[in-house]
Amino acid sequence: MAYRPRLAAGARILPSEITPKEVYFNRRALMAGAAGVAAMTLLPDAAVAALETTPSPFSTDETPTPLEAVTAYNNFYEFGVGKDEPARYAEALTTDPWSVAVDGLVARPATFALEDIVPKVQEERIYRLRCVEGWSMVIPWVGFPLSDLLARVEPLGSARYVAFETLERPDEMRGQRGFFQALDWPYTEGLRLDEALHPLTILATGLYGEPLPNQNGAPLRLVVPWKYGFKSIKSIVRISLTEEQPPTSWSRQAPREYGFYANVNPDVSHPRWSQEKERRVGPGLIAAYQPTLMFNGYEEDVAHLYAGMDLKANY
Amino acid sequence: MAATARTVVEALNGALKRVPVLPLYFVALAPGAWLFLAALTGRLGFEPMKALEQGLGLWALRFMIATLAATPLLDWTGLRLVRFRRMLGLTAFYYALAHLATYLALDQQFGWSFILADLAKRPYIIIGMAAFAALVPLALTSTDAMVRRLGAAAWRKLHRLAYPAAAMMALHYLLLVKSWTAEPLAYAAIVVVLLALRLVPRRAPRRAAGRVAAQQA
Ligand code: HEM
Repeated sequence: MAYRPRLAAGARILPSEITPKEVYFNRRALMAGAAGVAAMTLLPDAAVAALETTPSPFSTDETPTPLEAVTAYNNFYEFGVGKDEPARYAEALTTDPWSVAVDGLVARPATFALEDIVPKVQEERIYRLRCVEGWSMVIPWVGFPLSDLLARVEPLGSARYVAFETLERPDEMRGQRGFFQALDWPYTEGLRLDEALHPLTILATGLYGEPLPNQNGAPLRLVVPWKYGFKSIKSIVRISLTEEQPPTSWSRQAPREYGFYANVNPDVSHPRWSQEKERRVGPGLIAAYQPTLMFNGYEEDVAHLYAGMDLKANY
Repeated sequence: MAATARTVVEALNGALKRVPVLPLYFVALAPGAWLFLAALTGRLGFEPMKALEQGLGLWALRFMIATLAATPLLDWTGLRLVRFRRMLGLTAFYYALAHLATYLALDQQFGWSFILADLAKRPYIIIGMAAFAALVPLALTSTDAMVRRLGAAAWRKLHRLAYPAAAMMALHYLLLVKSWTAEPLAYAAIVVVLLALRLVPRRAPRRAAGRVAAQQA
């Protein structure tokens, strides 16, 4: 049987039923060989309209984490703090229509409809993702450089930071309702402008060749692969350029534990656990550990951004 | 109203008296066995090791709470669960042992340098370990023979270790979650209430009556 994407939010799939990932990659090879990337949309068994992508030299050749794990094991506190809750409850989120305000210190502030900022052909970027909690995945994202969007609004010379904001819509996000709320909403994140303009930094609209499932941050999320996962803010509705370093959700929640930078760094431990190693998420009871790499393995590309900086103080 | 409540409690006590303790160990340990089998067969999500570790820790805490509830339930409602207290306490210990074993073997995979670093630096690990260390002498002295050897007074004194152990278990849980969430706070609140009840003057007559009844039984 051909690969059939099972992206429906809330679908419950046993890890033992995982689609062999080779099937996904065989399909990619086949399409590249036969009719090029555009053929993807013609595949009859695609449940959702597949996205047009081109491969990227930034992609890792590590084996991607199975789709079922990427879409069933998530941190997205807007839908609950359990890892399985986003997959169960994110279906409630309306992602169409969607608009993103890009404002602050820019020459041409605007509120864009999602369709107006997503290029017709995007890139596939297979990135490592390292969660601050100690687990990791390899995810084939579909997206485009954040710098492309920022160029359209023309940042002013005074802009030094970029602030991001997630949707706040308690009606559809059950983690934003009730007595116990894990964080102050809306979720906010931030990057230095040079980090935001770095070619590795993308806005993603899909994964595994398909539009993002809601639990993964649909319809538009940030992906900054050399930083801990919580920096890669989901379901973005606002991007603002600022002069001051913007407040970020986790550093407001626990400033001693989560800093603004949150660069993956095996030498700087979280106050409550070590960051020296990571578990590749997968169905086996015997966890697959591997050493965590400086800047999550993107050291060559990004180390220069932090030259001369004390990375222990700026965690 | 009060009379009905008393009839219900008496009926329950009558039924509980006939429940044999030994088979209850199997019932109490069944969730642990289920967790282990589910983890082995890919039914525990995508980080089965974590799910197993967390599940066993939660069951240890739940059984510790059940153990601590036995005396206040007798004092305040007359419900006699005291006969099951040893079974409940030992079950809490078995779950804590399985939780620790999961941590050592599956989480840290016997990486002793990581384990020692954890034990030196991580408050939640230090407190979890202290809680476990407090449970060990309680489990070892849980037999009738040990009660006799120690003498009832010394044995009762030693078993007050259960109070700091329970407090440390709840604290361990509070310390390891990423933000203030309902579950660890709820467990901590229950432990605080159960410990605080021990400071409230007891309803002496009913307790005394219960003791006499127990001796006659
Ligand atoms: C003595 C009684 C103990 C109790 C009642 C207990 C209870 C718990 C509970 C309730 C959890 C959290 C479950 C969840 O997140 O849903 C937990 C997690 C954990 N405990 Fe314990 N624990 C005990 C002892 C220990 C010991 C001795 C160690 C190791 C030396 C330990 C290491 C851990 C670890 C590593 C976690 C998982 C942290 C994570 O989620 O990554 N615990 N424990």
